[in-house]
Amino acid sequence: MNKAKTADKGREFDAVLADSDQSLAAFDTHPKTTLERVQQFLHSYPTMVPVIVLVASVIAFGFIAGGRFFSPFNLSLIMQQVSIIGILAAAQSLVILTAGIDLSVAAIMVLMSVIMGNLAVNFGVPAPIAIVIGFAGGTAAGMVNGWLVTRLKLPPFIVTLGTWNIFFALNLWLSGAQSIRSQDIDAQAPLLKLFGTNISIGNAQLTYGVILTVIVFVVLWYLLNHTAWGRHVYAIGDDKEAAELSGIRTDRTLVQVYGLAGLVCAVGAWASIGRVGSVSPQSFYEGNLQSITAVVIGGISLFGGRGSIMGPLIGALIVGVFQSGLRLAGVDVLWQVFAIGWLIILAVGIDQWIRKVAA
Amino acid sequence: MTKLSKLKSTLLAAAALTAVAATPAAAQNIGACLITKTDTNPFFVKMKEGALQGAEANGIDLQTFAGKIDGDVETQVAAVETCIASGAKGILITPSDSRALAPIVTKARDAGLLVIALDTPFEPADTADATFATDNFKAGELIGQWAAAKLGADAANAKIALLDLNASEISVDYLRNNGFLKGFGIDIKDPTDIGDEDDPRIVGNDVTNGNEEGGRTAMENLLQKDPGVNVVYTINEPAAAGAYEALKAAGKADGVLIVSVDGGCPGVQNVSEGIIGATSMQFPLLMASLGIEAIKAWAESGAKPENTPGLDFFNTGVELITDQPADGIESISSEEGLGKCWG
Repeated sequence: MNKAKTADKGREFDAVLADSDQSLAAFDTHPKTTLERVQQFLHSYPTMVPVIVLVASVIAFGFIAGGRFFSPFNLSLIMQQVSIIGILAAAQSLVILTAGIDLSVAAIMVLMSVIMGNLAVNFGVPAPIAIVIGFAGGTAAGMVNGWLVTRLKLPPFIVTLGTWNIFFALNLWLSGAQSIRSQDIDAQAPLLKLFGTNISIGNAQLTYGVILTVIVFVVLWYLLNHTAWGRHVYAIGDDKEAAELSGIRTDRTLVQVYGLAGLVCAVGAWASIGRVGSVSPQSFYEGNLQSITAVVIGGISLFGGRGSIMGPLIGALIVGVFQSGLRLAGVDVLWQVFAIGWLIILAVGIDQWIRKVAA
Repeated sequence: MTKLSKLKSTLLAAAALTAVAATPAAAQNIGACLITKTDTNPFFVKMKEGALQGAEANGIDLQTFAGKIDGDVETQVAAVETCIASGAKGILITPSDSRALAPIVTKARDAGLLVIALDTPFEPADTADATFATDNFKAGELIGQWAAAKLGADAANAKIALLDLNASEISVDYLRNNGFLKGFGIDIKDPTDIGDEDDPRIVGNDVTNGNEEGGRTAMENLLQKDPGVNVVYTINEPAAAGAYEALKAAGKADGVLIVSVDGGCPGVQNVSEGIIGATSMQFPLLMASLGIEAIKAWAESGAKPENTPGLDFFNTGVELITDQPADGIESISSEEGLGKCWG
C-alpha cells in the first residue's frame, strides 16, 4: 500500500529536476571580449603576429616614406638586404628551438667564406671543391659547439661566446684581415658569386641569393614539421628531460642540430660572397645579434620548443622594412637603431601576453 | 717563464729609472707599446708590421695590443694600463675614441711615458705628446678637388652620395667627409659635423662600417633616394668596392665617379682597373716607424717630436692616386701607387 502510494506520487523532489540546471561540471566562462578573441587567435597561430606587424609596417611606411618605399624595386631590394641575415636567423632558430643560443653563427659564416675564397682564388682549388670544403668546415664547426654543449655540459651561451671569438680569430689569421677583391673572384672562381646573380621581374630585382634564403627556410620547415627528427628538436626544447625519458637520444640530436646550424651558416657563406661581391673578413661582425633579433621578432621563444621556423624570415624582413622605411623618410642612423631596439622589446612583450591566453 | 722574468726586469728597470728621474736610459730594453683600433683592418695590421720592424731595428721591446672592433674603448684603456704597469717608455696609440681615452692617456703621461697618437688625433690634439697622422682633411680635399675638376662644368649639378664610417662620427670620419665636400666646393658649415650641409647636390649620407657589405647596402639605399647619383665619396676602399657592386647591380657601373681614401693594395688595384676614380694614399708604415724612433729618442735624450709647422700634428703625408690626372692637382699613377701601397 505504501509502495503503491509512493509510485503514484513519485518522489516529490524529483519534480523540480526539470527546472534545475542540468549542465555538467565546467569552468566559469564569460562572454569573450574582442581583445581576448585576438589573443586566442594569435595563440593558435603564432606566426600571425610577425605577419601582421610586417603588413602593418609596410603600409605605414608606404604613407610615411612615400611611393619610393612602396615600389617593387625597393621591396625587392629589402629582400636582398636581409637575405644573409635571414639565413643566419634560420641557423639561429634551429638552436634556439632547443632552448639554446648560438653566438657564433656569423663568425662561422665569415670564416667559411674566407676559407672558400682563399682556396678557390689564392690556392687554385676548383670552386666546387672549395665550396664543399666550406660546407664540411661549417658543419664541423657547428658540431664542435654541439659536442661542447652535450659532452662537457657547458651552457650554450658560454660555449658559443667562446667559439665566436675563436672562429673570429681564425678568420683574421687566415685572411690577414684582407678582402679578396670582387674582380679576382670573377676571374678565378665566378661560381662563388653565383648567388649574386640578378633576376628581374618587372621592376622588382631579385637575386639567386633571395631564392636560396626562401629554399633554406622551406627545407628547414619541412624537416622540423614533417620528420620525426624535427619533432624531437621541438620536444628537446620544450623539456629535455621528458624528451629523454620518452626515448629521444637528446645529446645526439643536439649535436646534429648544432651541426646543421653550422652547415646552414656555410650555405650563408656562399650566398654572402654573392651578396657582398667580395670575400670580406670584416663584414657581418654583428650578424649573430642581428640573427637573434630576427628570431625574437619572428616569434620564436628564447625558452625553446615554441615558434615556427618561418617566423624569423618574417622577423628579418620586418627589420629590413623598418631600416629602409626610416632611411627613405630621412631618419638618422641613430634613430633607426633606437627603433629596432623598441621593436625587440615589443615583440617579446606581445609573445608573453599571448602565452597568458585563457583557454 | 722567460717572458715573466723579462717583465720583472723591465719593471725593476722602470722603478730604477723613476728613482733617478731624467737619467738617459741605456739603449737595450727600452719598452714600448703599440695599441691599434683593431686587428681586422689591414691598415692597422700593416702599421703593426711597420712598428715591429722598426722596434727590432732599434732594439726596442714592443708589445702590441688591439681593440676588438672600431670603437672598443675598454680594451684600449686596459691596454694603456697594462703598458704603464709594464714600465714601457712610450705608447703609440690609434685611439678608438678621440675623447674617451684622454683621461687614461693623461695618466700615462703623468707616469712618465711618451704618448704618440698615430693616424687618429685626440681631441684636443695636445692630449698626447705628439700626433703622427695623415692629414685626413687634406686627403678628403684632394679627392674632392679631383672629382670637381673631372666633372668640369657638370660639377654644378652633380649628385653626390656620401658613404661614411659609422654613427659615432669620429674625427677621421668627419675630416675626410668634410674635406671632400670642401674640395668639391660645397659649404661644409660645422667642420666637425657630418650631414649638416644643405647643398642640394648632396643626395645623402649613409654609414658603411668601412667594409664591403656596409658599402654595398649604403649605396643601394642612397640610389633609392636618388637613382641619379653620379659622384660617390667613400670613407675607405673596402666601402668603395661594396659601393661599386651596388652600382653594377643597378646597371650604373659606368659614368659614376667613385673616390676614396686609404691606399691599400686592393684599393690601388681597383684604381688601375677604373673601379675607383681616385684615392688618397696614406702611409701607415711610416707613422709606425717614425713613432718607434720618437720613443727611442725620448728614452735616450728626453727629446719630444715636433709638429709640422702650421698643423697640430706631424704630417706623414698623403698622395693622390689616379690614372686620370686633373690639371693643377698633383697625383701619381696607379702603377706607381702599387709600388707604395700597403696591405
